[in-house]
Amino acid sequence: MASPAPLIAAREGVGPALQKLLGDDLIEHVFAVGEDSITVRREAVAGVMVMLRDELDYQQLMEIAGVDYPERAERFEVVYHLLSVTKNHRLRVRVSTDETTPVPSIVPVWPVAGWLEREVFDMYGVLFAGNPDLRRILTDYGFQGHPQRKDFPLTGYIELRYSEEDKRVVYEPVKLAQDFRNFDFLSPWEGADYVLPGDEKAGGTGEAPGKGAPSPMTAQQVKVADDKAEKKAPAPTPKTTEKPEQTGAGAKANIKAAKASRDGAKATTAAKAKTPATKKAEKAPAKPKAPAKPRAPRKPKTGGDA
Amino acid sequence: MTDSPQVKHHGSDMFEGYPVDTADTAGDQAVTNYTINFGPQHPAAHGVLRMVMELDGEIIERVDPHVGLLHRGTEKLIEYKTYLQALPYFDRLDYCSPLGMEHSYVLAIEKLLDLEVPDRAQYLRTMFAELTRICNHMLNIGSHVMDVGAMTPNLWIFELREDCLNFFERASGARMHSAYFRPGGVHQDVPEKLLYDIGQWCETRLPKLFGDAMSLVIDNRIFKQRNVDIATVAKEDALAWGFSGPMIRGSGIPWDLRKSQPYDAYAKMDFDIPVGTRGDCYDRFMVRVQEVYQSQRIILQCINAMPSGPIASLDRKVVPPKRGEMKQSMESLIHHFKLYTEGFHVPAGEVYVATESPKGEFGVYLVSDGTNKPYRCKIRPTAFSHLQAMDMMCKGHMLADTTAIIGAIDVVFGECDR
Repeated sequence: MASPAPLIAAREGVGPALQKLLGDDLIEHVFAVGEDSITVRREAVAGVMVMLRDELDYQQLMEIAGVDYPERAERFEVVYHLLSVTKNHRLRVRVSTDETTPVPSIVPVWPVAGWLEREVFDMYGVLFAGNPDLRRILTDYGFQGHPQRKDFPLTGYIELRYSEEDKRVVYEPVKLAQDFRNFDFLSPWEGADYVLPGDEKAGGTGEAPGKGAPSPMTAQQVKVADDKAEKKAPAPTPKTTEKPEQTGAGAKANIKAAKASRDGAKATTAAKAKTPATKKAEKAPAKPKAPAKPRAPRKPKTGGDA
Repeated sequence: MTDSPQVKHHGSDMFEGYPVDTADTAGDQAVTNYTINFGPQHPAAHGVLRMVMELDGEIIERVDPHVGLLHRGTEKLIEYKTYLQALPYFDRLDYCSPLGMEHSYVLAIEKLLDLEVPDRAQYLRTMFAELTRICNHMLNIGSHVMDVGAMTPNLWIFELREDCLNFFERASGARMHSAYFRPGGVHQDVPEKLLYDIGQWCETRLPKLFGDAMSLVIDNRIFKQRNVDIATVAKEDALAWGFSGPMIRGSGIPWDLRKSQPYDAYAKMDFDIPVGTRGDCYDRFMVRVQEVYQSQRIILQCINAMPSGPIASLDRKVVPPKRGEMKQSMESLIHHFKLYTEGFHVPAGEVYVATESPKGEFGVYLVSDGTNKPYRCKIRPTAFSHLQAMDMMCKGHMLADTTAIIGAIDVVFGECDR
């Protein structure tokens, strides 16, 4: 591997060993990015952990992580990271579950699982059957909701502040001075799988058309609608701007404003009262200017000033 | 609850002829267990730790640590930031060893990208990671001895910590929240003078000042009385409770990720792993003291072997070009613009990368869905597991031992609560 990430040698024959040890409880074994991960049946996880600890020497449970995939039927994944200090190997064990189905607790196998499971419960609402102390752990006392779920807003629902009038901390619904802005940088050429704003009518991709303009009316519908509509007075003379008076601009506010600006754009009144200088300039054909000298190329800067 | 002996009334024969008050007074009550709050604002709690302690007299019966008072939703915030924007959050996890936190994160990204990192960057990262370890241990050792009553060593070795912070400032521009390690290398090169100064410091000032301070503590009778045989953790317990770092080494298991699963330039370094023999607070303390000298060795090796060359990957799809390049090349300008607006995309997949942070195994479980933002970034803090074992470690000890036990855990709540 090219990257300088921690070097972990692949464990010889771990695949067949897992297959033999776990049998039907093993759903999938994947070796990717230099890491072994297995998916096991949720109901069997406690027994699997005992076998992994005692038979395959994964002595330590380092981490339990929850991951939320809302589009899946069982939306949560509970991911256990095991470490073998004798075989110098890491193994990832995952089970999937949903909001209501509890995962068997592995506190009897590793006491460290107690808090780790509490955290997954706090953050995702995954239930662990058999955990002796399944309280919230990281969030506030009396917190509601599970903040790491993908459908929980980043800003949350409740904010608290110290109230000078009440002389205490008060809880209030979140009020933002500015809406949370989440910029979408996904390029339509690489993987944006939704209709871009303005592309609604294109519909050339064969996908269901997005919400956009309604389909055009037929001629018959237009005629019926026209007949129903009240006959209005014809529109007045179409408005044009061909003369300065038609621009709608009033008189200049003061003398200064009436003066031509220095960059040559003449005010309308300036055209009438021509100064001698301007008269002269009009008569004489404009001299072609000498072409500007090309600039010397800039010296490339050496040395990083970045 | 009421099994402790009832305070006995003295027999009236002792007070022959004197009127004896037989009514119950406060002192006559049966001593029952009572519950106290340790923290959340206690100077020895090393931050916002609240522990509900059940005491029998001065003996601790049960400890229920309440964490999460510093929970800032870092993992959630990271899901809404690009990979590069999420990096500074790691400095703010364990604010006593910021570069150690960044290390796991950048290695995780590099592992997913399968990105090669130039030698000089690897050496620089190794060197600064070790400097961070010294910086962290200076704080922990100092506050540990202060928690058990010694004032002077803390003041002395805080100067060393200050030196470390000055080195970080000279390298990155920031004393604490450096954001110096970047995916693909480091942010900028260091001046030669800085390497020279760090080498000088490691050879002269560090051993002298640190040796002086430790000579006051290591053989000190009071310090030993407060630490030896306090919170002894057996090897099996250390494994079962998910210990790592100085905590597991203090219990006598020679497990160090820098040796067993080397990353960056650690494979080329020559250093030893100090281990404890009894697994008590004193061993954990001594492991840290020895680690400082090992870190010093690694830093000197890094400086002596520091290769020249680029300090970050030249893959312009990940690492932005230098300013001078941008003035010359349109393509560089485009790369720069794209990297700082959209950021780079990381191939779909997941990794768990753990490094030996000064406090133990600090892991990052990174799930990518192929976009420019992490789908999930689970941070494996070191203190979380260690603090959970507080109940196991404190049981049967005196209330005053709590401070020594917490000091030997080396807990920082930015990291524990995330």
